[in-house]
Amino acid sequence: MMLIDTLAQGLLLGGLYALFAAGLSLVFGIIRLVNLAHGDLIILGAYLILTVTTITGLHPFVAVLLAASLMFGLGWLLQTHLLNRVLGADILPPLLVTFGLSVVIQNGLLSGFTADSRKLAAGAIEAQSVDLAVVTLGVMPLLTFASAVAVIFALNRLFYRTALGRAFRATSDDAVTAELMGIGPQRIFAGATGIALAVATIAALYLGTRANFDPSIGPARLLYAFEAVIIGGLGSLWGTLGGGIVIGMAQALGASVNPERQILSGHVAFVVVLLLRPRGLFPRASD
Amino acid sequence: MTPSRPLGLIAAFAALAVLYALPAIAPRALVQDLFGVLTLLVLALNWNTLAGFAGLVSVGQQAFVGIGAYAMFAAIILMDLNPLVGVLIGGLAAAAFALPMAFFAFRLNGAYFAIGTWVVADIARLGISQWKALGGGTGTSLPKGTAKDMAFVDRIKAALDVSSAAAADALTYWLMLTLAVAMLVAGHVFLRSRMGLGLQAIRDNETAARSVGVDPVRLKALVFLLTAFGTGLCGALAFIQITRVTPDAAFSVIDWTAFVIFITVIGGIGTLPGPIVGAVIFYALQRLLADYGTIYLIVLGCLGIAVMLFARRGLWGVFTGRTGIDLLPLTHRPPKSAAPQPQASRRTA
Repeated sequence: MMLIDTLAQGLLLGGLYALFAAGLSLVFGIIRLVNLAHGDLIILGAYLILTVTTITGLHPFVAVLLAASLMFGLGWLLQTHLLNRVLGADILPPLLVTFGLSVVIQNGLLSGFTADSRKLAAGAIEAQSVDLAVVTLGVMPLLTFASAVAVIFALNRLFYRTALGRAFRATSDDAVTAELMGIGPQRIFAGATGIALAVATIAALYLGTRANFDPSIGPARLLYAFEAVIIGGLGSLWGTLGGGIVIGMAQALGASVNPERQILSGHVAFVVVLLLRPRGLFPRASD
Repeated sequence: MTPSRPLGLIAAFAALAVLYALPAIAPRALVQDLFGVLTLLVLALNWNTLAGFAGLVSVGQQAFVGIGAYAMFAAIILMDLNPLVGVLIGGLAAAAFALPMAFFAFRLNGAYFAIGTWVVADIARLGISQWKALGGGTGTSLPKGTAKDMAFVDRIKAALDVSSAAAADALTYWLMLTLAVAMLVAGHVFLRSRMGLGLQAIRDNETAARSVGVDPVRLKALVFLLTAFGTGLCGALAFIQITRVTPDAAFSVIDWTAFVIFITVIGGIGTLPGPIVGAVIFYALQRLLADYGTIYLIVLGCLGIAVMLFARRGLWGVFTGRTGIDLLPLTHRPPKSAAPQPQASRRTA
């Protein structure tokens, strides 16, 4: 009984991690860019939602629409003016630029919003739960998981059913040939990073309504997201959801043994999976 | 050899002499400040070898600092050993940890390696937090007077006529300065050696390097291990001076890796003098912006990004490119028969 409950909570927590990871997975897959600032960008998204709700008085679930559009624009600009310039055979420049970005965002938030913990107030829904006889699940965690599935479904549709998605895949497979067919990789990359940051804002909504956040917690989110992507296998969005669930369940199991071991258990699960299956559980891409 | 090179060497030796004399002539606060800068310099020299020459961009160096520090604390508190032996044990423990870490992280290619090492460092931090004998998550302090009881402190105290605390500071400062010089010399010798040449060949073209018999994995693993040892020594020595250790401080990604990355990148990654230039700039920035809290981290981050955008070889690379002066060059001169005319311009390595 306890075990089923723990696993169910872990499954739903995995939804949150999949949301953290979906944007990262998209950018890995299309641009082959490892964005070390992804976690801090999620936190930036949370502060953006907070600012919108404070100024306009909107509910976070409405404010997220505005915040996600702004984050899309930010991602577009970031890719066009910064990241596109450092892409190339050398892996060092993009890594160091995104690492610099991570430190700048973190400390920018720190001087703008102080180190105090903040939270997004979602109202009565925060405390509601659904009794499923075997287990009782919170409405917010259920909503998080449903959103993760919806986001990944939508991204997959976009990827495999639209002209933009075809351009994404073509650029990912062979940027030079795609360019010969009239696809500008720079614009494609800008669009991909824009979408990734819009998804990161959705992740930020659930992060901020479920728990407290402060400017320093970005890097830990990056690690969870990265673990989910690698466990799932590079280039597979549904794999990323699976990876998120593995991390979520491992953390829930670890926490049920000893609350101090929650994060450690997630990391250990990642190491074990990688040792047994170096290419992840559901690999698609070959790198 | 350019005529400026002997001049440069004389200047370098003069600067080194001043640095060694510092505890005798400068106030204690300056010695402590410079100890911090030298710590970062040693870490930067190690990271530069790793990322700039071996192509291993690690964001997990704080693992070795933390393990070095904790092994040193364990040696002193649990085994009652001499602190200086503790420092050595710190280095060895970090190198021992590097073995399984390499086995795991080397499965991740290129950019993924960066986050992989970060995860392993976080595992080390969380694992050490469970070590109750050394205070668990809240950490522990060195027994009172540990630093003052180190070998040589009495003699330094008598020679310089200072308090024992200042003598202990002087000793740790000299050790860190010596470690920095040793790292620099070792780096130069290593990179000029056959193995160093192989390493740079891998960096420039791995397939071509393999075809002439260079084994990339073995060579990279060796560099990973050696830099882990250097980083562990440095971490242990740094925490003798700090005297208190907590998992969050010992495994801090900002203090032990972010600063180090920015110092190396701004100074000039893949050049030997780069980290020195970067450390000087870092110290100047820190003094200049000390009153503005987090601003100097933002400035550092922006500087690092700007360098990557506009001058990938950093300030030292720009300087060498403009003037042709290259202290500690890594290039080998072509054999006489193959190149009878000495080359007018020299490539930076």
